[in-house]
Amino acid sequence: MKFALGLAGVLAFAIAGATAPADAQQPKRGGTLNFAISAETPHYDCHGSETYATLHFSAPFYSTLARFNLKKFPEIEGDLASSWTIAPDLMTYTFKLHPNVKFHDGTTLTSADVKATYDRMRNPPKGVVSPRKATFADIGTIETPDAQTVVFKMKAVNASMIEHFASPWNCIYSAKDLAADPNAPRTKINGTGPFVFGEHVKGSHVTGKRNENYFKQGLPYLDGFRGVFTLQAAAMLNAVQGGQLLGEFRGISPAERDRLVAAMGDKIRIQEDSWTLNLLVAFNTTKKPFDDVRVRRALLMSIDRWGGSAGLSKISLLRSVGGVIRPGSPLATPPEELAKLPGYSKNMAAARAEARKLLKEAGVPNLKFVLHNRNLAQPYTPAGIFLVDQWRRIGVTAEHKQYDTSPYLATLNSGNYEVAIDFSNLFMDDSTLALAKYLSHDRSPQNLSRAVDRELDKLYDAHVRETNVEKRKQMVRAFERRVFEQGYQQPILWWHRIVATHKTLMGWDMSPSHNLGAQLDTVWLNQ
Amino acid sequence: MLRYTLHRLLQMIPTLIGVAVLVFFMLRVIPGDVVEVKLRGDGGTVSQEVIEQERKRLGLDKPLIYQFADYMYGLATLDLGISMWTERPVTEEISLRLEISLQVAIMATIFAVMLAIPLGTTAALMRGTWVDYVVRIVTIGGLSIPSFWFGMLIMMGLLYFWNWLPPITFTPIYVDPVANLTQLIWPAMAVGYRYCAVVARMIRSSLLEVLNEDYIRTARAKGVFEKVVISRHALRNALLPAITVIGMEFAFLIGGLVVTEQVFNLNGIGKLFVQSVARSDFTLIQGMVMMLAVFYVFVNLVVDLLYAVFDPRIRYG
Repeated sequence: MKFALGLAGVLAFAIAGATAPADAQQPKRGGTLNFAISAETPHYDCHGSETYATLHFSAPFYSTLARFNLKKFPEIEGDLASSWTIAPDLMTYTFKLHPNVKFHDGTTLTSADVKATYDRMRNPPKGVVSPRKATFADIGTIETPDAQTVVFKMKAVNASMIEHFASPWNCIYSAKDLAADPNAPRTKINGTGPFVFGEHVKGSHVTGKRNENYFKQGLPYLDGFRGVFTLQAAAMLNAVQGGQLLGEFRGISPAERDRLVAAMGDKIRIQEDSWTLNLLVAFNTTKKPFDDVRVRRALLMSIDRWGGSAGLSKISLLRSVGGVIRPGSPLATPPEELAKLPGYSKNMAAARAEARKLLKEAGVPNLKFVLHNRNLAQPYTPAGIFLVDQWRRIGVTAEHKQYDTSPYLATLNSGNYEVAIDFSNLFMDDSTLALAKYLSHDRSPQNLSRAVDRELDKLYDAHVRETNVEKRKQMVRAFERRVFEQGYQQPILWWHRIVATHKTLMGWDMSPSHNLGAQLDTVWLNQ
Repeated sequence: MLRYTLHRLLQMIPTLIGVAVLVFFMLRVIPGDVVEVKLRGDGGTVSQEVIEQERKRLGLDKPLIYQFADYMYGLATLDLGISMWTERPVTEEISLRLEISLQVAIMATIFAVMLAIPLGTTAALMRGTWVDYVVRIVTIGGLSIPSFWFGMLIMMGLLYFWNWLPPITFTPIYVDPVANLTQLIWPAMAVGYRYCAVVARMIRSSLLEVLNEDYIRTARAKGVFEKVVISRHALRNALLPAITVIGMEFAFLIGGLVVTEQVFNLNGIGKLFVQSVARSDFTLIQGMVMMLAVFYVFVNLVVDLLYAVFDPRIRYG
């Protein structure tokens, strides 16, 4: 008990420390930042990747047109763009670039490089992988009236376009490099970012050194960095505790946080925020009896998310109860409204009685099925165990089967499952990204319920073109209500991000996404 | 001896072809797709079209028989291909890690053999005394404690008592011997303890058996000094089974230190093996299995040849 109280005290102190105005101090130049990257990127190409491992590796070497201001998230600020204007009808975006920006190979960046970059993402040449092709499908033409100006003319309104221009995945590449080999960025790094590529020792680490020609005056503060691949959490924690590494920027579990706080006291800074990541439960509507909405609704209604949140948040990365949009973000459904939606009731006795009734009506009062899950301790295993227990309370038997990432994904892709735990990983709170997972399966293969619902598709398309924020919010709510009433799939809980860094590491800003803030240009060491 | 060696080398060819065929087809039976893991493993929401495009780029859309023909042709020309995950040559991926794994294996072997021979011999010669009991307790401890757990204890101990940990990234021994040894001595000790226990127990039991042989009795009856009896006659014979164990353990250490490598964040072959399996990186798995198969058959050959060196009665014709 004493230990628990002590730990809580130290933790409170550490978290309070995180809110102290660290950046009020004058940044110091110099030093090498050693930090952990808990996965290694398969290649260097931001455009062709969906994993944070690529960003934590490559982002310090590159710039983007715009980026999120993490001190005022989700506000957007220029990166390569010194300014921009948006036409009132949202059909033209004009960006002015900083002058005299140099690539690491010494060539000067011009608007042609920006055009070549965006052309590669929206219309990838043969052999180039671009998962964001659909994101930029609304761009009609890209014009470069002069070396410092880029004009994006849209085919159709996309109310989220400016946020997409701030995506961390849109690293600006050299047009010359892309012309020589469209796949060059997979193996070669030539950016305009704050750091110049040093070495990549595969399986071990990546290094970068200060870009002396960086276009932002006085930045970066660091002489360089070394990102060490620490695939095992215990090894990473030991290294942070021992001072070999100053932090890890993806996120750690509450137990790992507690261990570091207990061992390091006021030497460690803990920053916490809700995360733009959630786990979902998806019912395969092509399999019986999950083609019956009563069965799906019954299973969702029996899950006590509010109680689960209180318990699971102590032992796992899961925490917040939310709908399709991250709780607390501008478009999110408030808790009191959420509680009225199917699957979010706070009166669990009534909800479970209703669930039993629905199962009986559907002719499966003692339903049995296999829950397909990923074999990752955090947070998949506790989420799976939680669901099995919740369903047991209405007489349903779920066999919890966990698979390594590779067979887990292969099964999801093949559709050979009854019920699955899925994930949704976003880099911002934009509804076009968040809702895409729930579109009809023939439009969105990542919809694991495999349902086809044209009503949802219609609502989605209308909301993408809607520029009035209030109307858009209502459309998102209508979409969400439809998804939950049909019970195709539903978030279990949203993740909670905990980042631990040494107190000597300054200038790094916490955000709700581990895909953001990886450029390290404003990071400095207080040594 | 030369003829025997050549004969054994030729025998390796069908063995290695068998391994190559088995590993190729067994991997294709296991569920998993490197493209899915690469593009969706962290929650990426890529379309099926993108996945198919990447599959085509990596040649995974070709009929299996063509893929097999490519693979076998590559093996015949000593080309292990390109890793489907990193898109770099498999030989480059392996050689980078082999340096670390090989050094840990060599250091662990030196550590184990240097301790095991005196421990095993002393225990055998002082059978039933407190010394024997102590050695047996120590060796049973070595067999019972998993190397990775012992490794974790070492790390925790270093942190707890000295608030210090060894370097987390590898420095080659020819660049900075101190940094290199400071990093690798700990994993070598962690795995060397178990290794030492296995060898020491083998030497003890083997020596006890040899000490009851007629030729030892004869040597003693002829008045040969006890030290000479032990070192020249008894220990030399008792080492034969231990050599087999040393060889097998050494080969195992190259690819078998999966968890220990993770505890010490070593960039070794074991970690690469697990990663490539988790990623369904077929070409890399195939390359590593072939490398380990070659390693095992060579170690077996070396052990057999060492038998002849230690026991003059053994002659290969």
